[in-house]
Amino acid sequence: MAAEREELQSHERRRGAVWLYLLPIAIFAVVALALAWGLSRDASVLPSALLDKPAPEFELPPIPGRDDHGFSRRDLGGRPMLVNVWASWCVPCRAEHPLVTRLAKEEGVTVHGINYKDAPEDARAWLDRLGDPYTYIGSDRDGRVAIEWGVYGVPETFVVDARGVIVFKQVGQLTPRVIEEKILPLLRELERR
Amino acid sequence: MIEYGHFALALALATALVQGVVPLWGAARRDRAAMALAPQAAVAQFLLLTFAFATLIHAHLTDDFSVRNVFENSHSTKPLIYKFAGVWGNHEGSLVLWVWILALFGAGVAVFARELPATFTARVLAIQGLIGVGFLSFMLFTSNAFERLDPPAADGRGLNPILQDPGLAMHPPMLYLGYVGFSTAYSFAMAALIEGRVDPSWARWLRPWVLAAWIALTLGIALGSWWAYYELGWGGWWFWDPVENASFMPWLAGTALLHSAIVLEKRNTLKNWTILLAILTFALSLLGTFLVRSGVLTSVHAFASDPARGIYILALLTVAVGGSLLLYAWRAPQMQSGPVFAPISREGALVFNNLLLAVACGTVFLGTLYPLGLEALGGPKISVGPPYFDRTFVPLMIPLLIAVPIGAMLAWKRGDLPGVLARLKLALAAAAATLALTLALGGARALLAGFGFALAIWIVVGSLVEYAERIAFLRVPLIRSWQRLRGLPRAATAMTLAHVGLGLMVLGMTASSAGRVERILVMRPGETVALAGYEVRFDGVRKVRGPNYVAERADFTVTREERPVTVIHSERRFFPVEQRATTEAGIATNLLRDLYFVLGERSGDGWTVRLYYNPLVVWIWGGAVVMALGGLVSLTDRRLRVGVPRPAARGVALEGAD
Repeated sequence: MAAEREELQSHERRRGAVWLYLLPIAIFAVVALALAWGLSRDASVLPSALLDKPAPEFELPPIPGRDDHGFSRRDLGGRPMLVNVWASWCVPCRAEHPLVTRLAKEEGVTVHGINYKDAPEDARAWLDRLGDPYTYIGSDRDGRVAIEWGVYGVPETFVVDARGVIVFKQVGQLTPRVIEEKILPLLRELERR
Repeated sequence: MIEYGHFALALALATALVQGVVPLWGAARRDRAAMALAPQAAVAQFLLLTFAFATLIHAHLTDDFSVRNVFENSHSTKPLIYKFAGVWGNHEGSLVLWVWILALFGAGVAVFARELPATFTARVLAIQGLIGVGFLSFMLFTSNAFERLDPPAADGRGLNPILQDPGLAMHPPMLYLGYVGFSTAYSFAMAALIEGRVDPSWARWLRPWVLAAWIALTLGIALGSWWAYYELGWGGWWFWDPVENASFMPWLAGTALLHSAIVLEKRNTLKNWTILLAILTFALSLLGTFLVRSGVLTSVHAFASDPARGIYILALLTVAVGGSLLLYAWRAPQMQSGPVFAPISREGALVFNNLLLAVACGTVFLGTLYPLGLEALGGPKISVGPPYFDRTFVPLMIPLLIAVPIGAMLAWKRGDLPGVLARLKLALAAAAATLALTLALGGARALLAGFGFALAIWIVVGSLVEYAERIAFLRVPLIRSWQRLRGLPRAATAMTLAHVGLGLMVLGMTASSAGRVERILVMRPGETVALAGYEVRFDGVRKVRGPNYVAERADFTVTREERPVTVIHSERRFFPVEQRATTEAGIATNLLRDLYFVLGERSGDGWTVRLYYNPLVVWIWGGAVVMALGGLVSLTDRRLRVGVPRPAARGVALEGAD
């Protein structure tokens, strides 16, 4: 009798917990929708909110331990330039570094850097080892300024025109193709204006 | 030649389709002939794919640049081993490897699972066949490695030099063996849900397949981490990169699955949870494939991102995971729940393990996908870096690690915690002594490192104490201990090995992050500097030629108190075909430390160099190898072998575990 009642109770408990068994599929549905949305969006397109808007106000100190200038809003404008967001712990940044160097050294483009959420000693070591292509570098240790810039992840590269307006944004690693087909033609056009 | 491979691939798809449909129908109608088709189809599919894979390898090895895949990823000057490894060093080729391994596991089930009920085997293989249909059609329609190039090219485009490395040549096959191996766990879970029956013998059938996949994944992740350590030139070994996370999540879920399956096997409880874990582990493997192949997340490994491929994999993911979770929601509530147990018991400890591993897996999942999800909801664009994982993942691991030796000692059903702690007093004393010693040597700053070391010692000594107790080491004459050791179930030795391996990993991680010494400086040829008790002389830089690169090679002579220790070469390589440069760190490894030297830019009459002293770092990977070894020993346990009479095998295992 007691055993029977127990079984009945556990049966009821189980029925009450049916929603629990639906939880995995519900969570999965949300994830799948997010992934579908992620696919439909082109990750490397600038969100319209920032397109053709002036770069945000900011002032960043230099990487501690480097006798340097820092990087702020005032350094932008005058001529078209690039702003490259990087971190020493970011592997794609390392992969795109030769391309940034080429832009700065061979194409004569002014490239500024925002060092994102990085330990100063790691950032210094990175620059010492791979070379420093940047005109000015600001250290954004808590990532605040990067949020102002609408940075989604590192690396990201912005093209800012002579008025200090953001005209192009590359999310993710720079590739020779993006440089040849988008960034360099854009810079040439901006120079002519 | 390649056309035959192409044709074999298409035939394999047809075979997989038959394998996925006919046995399922046969099992429902108890039709023996239809069910018997499953093993035959699985073996046939494996042979067809082996042939297809062989033709692709042949094309790569013979530099057949009329094949698009070879043209895009190879070059005639590439060393032979990388022509071979280059077969799976690209998207299309890696998929061929993926389906080949899937078919390998399917054929494995067909050959080794003779003792399983016929309907169950038929259903497992049918599910395995359906997964095969999904991936084979994905390959044929969006990512075909067997396409020709017309007109053929004279030479190839080359392989990314950073990928030309022996460690990385082995990394994808191991990783895939793990990922794809979990498909068997998935098929077993689905078959169990369809049959509506889960019992201890189900867990015992499942165990070798999960173990095999887990061993491969453990080694695969360790290889990837080791590669990142020596190739990327940072001395870092884990970056919380989305692609790394993609392989780590199935590992966490798979580890939880290994532990919960023990509870199911020994105590006939946690049935629904084990099934859910089996589904989720493979779901996370599929998700990993999706993340890497679709380009949804930007990452190091950024492979070609093609929206059509992304949509196809997402559809596959939705059908496979959504379908199985629906089946789960429908069938799982009808499963009989098992006997109850006290919270302080072996079962309780394993539930604790599962809870923490599942939550840890969840935090990694959130950290990997959160930026995407937030943006989808119209939130700001953010990024999650290593600081997030340091703050969420690490604190979750600490209670788990503390519980390792305790859980291993608790009895089933109802455990005696004070008794267990008393038996562990040697381990506790060793851990306390370690902490005290670290503080005495390093001062208050070494507090965190001290806790890390103490934790590592606690796990290693605690696991060894448990093992010593089993064989009554030093309590009975040694010859009796030896006899007990020989009579011990392999599973006991396996657990000790795996847990000791885990402790060694913690030791290596703590030592290498707390005790690293780093010097970055400009050195002129002939100059000598001191590094952590060693003297390092920079002998200068010379030019050398490799098979497909030119390099600047720096030589360092390392001495200790004027006695020679070693000579280290560090290189900067330039690959003319690919127009890319890489740095090769010079590393001298022994069991206690790595000397890790990197050559930087020329600077005046000297060179920038980075010199690292990384104590005990090799144990991060050594520990993983010991863990995998534990898995291998467990795989040889008598009770998992075919043809062993069940009651006897179970008796031994139970006795040993209590």
